[in-house]
Amino acid sequence: MALFFAPEDYQQGNSFRIIYIHVPSASLALSTYMMMAVAGGIGLVWKMKMAEVVAKVCAPIGASFTLIALFTGAIWGKPTWGTWWIWDARLTSMLILLFLYLGVMSLHSAMQNRQTAAKATAVLALVGVVNLPIIKYSVDWWNTLHQPATFTLTEKPAMPADMWVPLLVMMLGFYFLLAVLVIMRSRCEIIDRERRSRWVQDIIAAEKGA
Amino acid sequence: MSTKSLEQSNSKEVLVPDIEFVARAPISEGRAFMRLLRRDLLASLRYRNDWVNPLFFLLMVVTLFPLGISPDPKTLTMIAPGVLWIAALLSTLLAVDSLFLQDFEDGTLEQLLLSPSSLYLMVVAKVFSHWLVTGLPVALLAPILSIMLNLSGEGLWVLMLTLLLGTPTLALISAIGAALTVGIRRGGMLVSLIALPLHVPVLILGTGAVQAVSEGFAYSAHLSLMMAMLALAVVLAPFAIAASLRISLGD
Repeated sequence: MALFFAPEDYQQGNSFRIIYIHVPSASLALSTYMMMAVAGGIGLVWKMKMAEVVAKVCAPIGASFTLIALFTGAIWGKPTWGTWWIWDARLTSMLILLFLYLGVMSLHSAMQNRQTAAKATAVLALVGVVNLPIIKYSVDWWNTLHQPATFTLTEKPAMPADMWVPLLVMMLGFYFLLAVLVIMRSRCEIIDRERRSRWVQDIIAAEKGA
Repeated sequence: MSTKSLEQSNSKEVLVPDIEFVARAPISEGRAFMRLLRRDLLASLRYRNDWVNPLFFLLMVVTLFPLGISPDPKTLTMIAPGVLWIAALLSTLLAVDSLFLQDFEDGTLEQLLLSPSSLYLMVVAKVFSHWLVTGLPVALLAPILSIMLNLSGEGLWVLMLTLLLGTPTLALISAIGAALTVGIRRGGMLVSLIALPLHVPVLILGTGAVQAVSEGFAYSAHLSLMMAMLALAVVLAPFAIAASLRISLGD
């Protein structure tokens, strides 16, 4: 919808429309990391199984969003900045975020014991939180090619309304997508963990019967 | 062979004091700290490979760059800070493998976890002694290596200063990775995957300071940021390391 109704940018033409994918996925990449760290912290402190499940399923989802943000950024950068990739503060710190996700995932898969893996990745995720403010404020702290944040809570957006309203809708849509993905993956994970318990066996039996 | 027999003959008094102070009345935190520091330094003096090999590695990595990129003096001056920093980073990662592994295998680590002394201080002692034998030599060797890379004058001393401030931060961060992976077989690669993203800010500031010097700018901002990171790492990282050790040895 954003692709069709928003007017063309006077400088960038149609290529600016990639913002409707790029900005929401980049913002979600950060939010998902925060969610993973918070869930991991809850799992560490109160030893809740659900928190461990959520923290585990967040990692691949967040890694995908980071990858999408980097990829669309590269495509967008080519017509506007004239380059696919530059070693700019925001770009580099997003790449580091991707590496953090990959580290969390590989640590989780390297550990045999599920509970140990959950605790260890939670510690790693909490340590990695230091990177989040660096990414968030990298465009304000350093003079870089990347523009500052599109939305802030306190100021009016610098774009005309028919450009930022679709962006807001896309943001909300992406957040709902994240919620659905996390819930679906958590359901799979719970069923996988509890595959020996009675209620899962019952579901499987019912599925086979139907 | 000779180092091993020496170590066994002395093992009662030096290498496993932890078991003794668990059995007796608890000793003060400060004394426990000093004893562990002394024990670790002695142990690494006897296992010479642990700290000599990373230094040789550093030397070889630095040698590879002029051969691989260009022996042109101007190019070398330009890349010298980055080369030395990356080499120091890699040798830190190589060395940190041995930080907890030996103690994990012979059970000393479990004794440390069981001891009444605070694990926080024990971890600080372990990482500090590790840095003394691996990080400090790298920083001290840096001026010689940077002369080999045609970096001289003020940049050389600033580089050494940044390494002195940066290597303890690197050691603390890598120790988190080492503590998380101590129970995993072939965890060396994993330590790099975990710790490298967290090393990046230190690397940027360290090389940035030397670059600022070579371009005639002030470098005090870089140095103060590095000190701030070191202060944060010294205060916070031992908590993460202690928690990771408890998790890794928990099962």
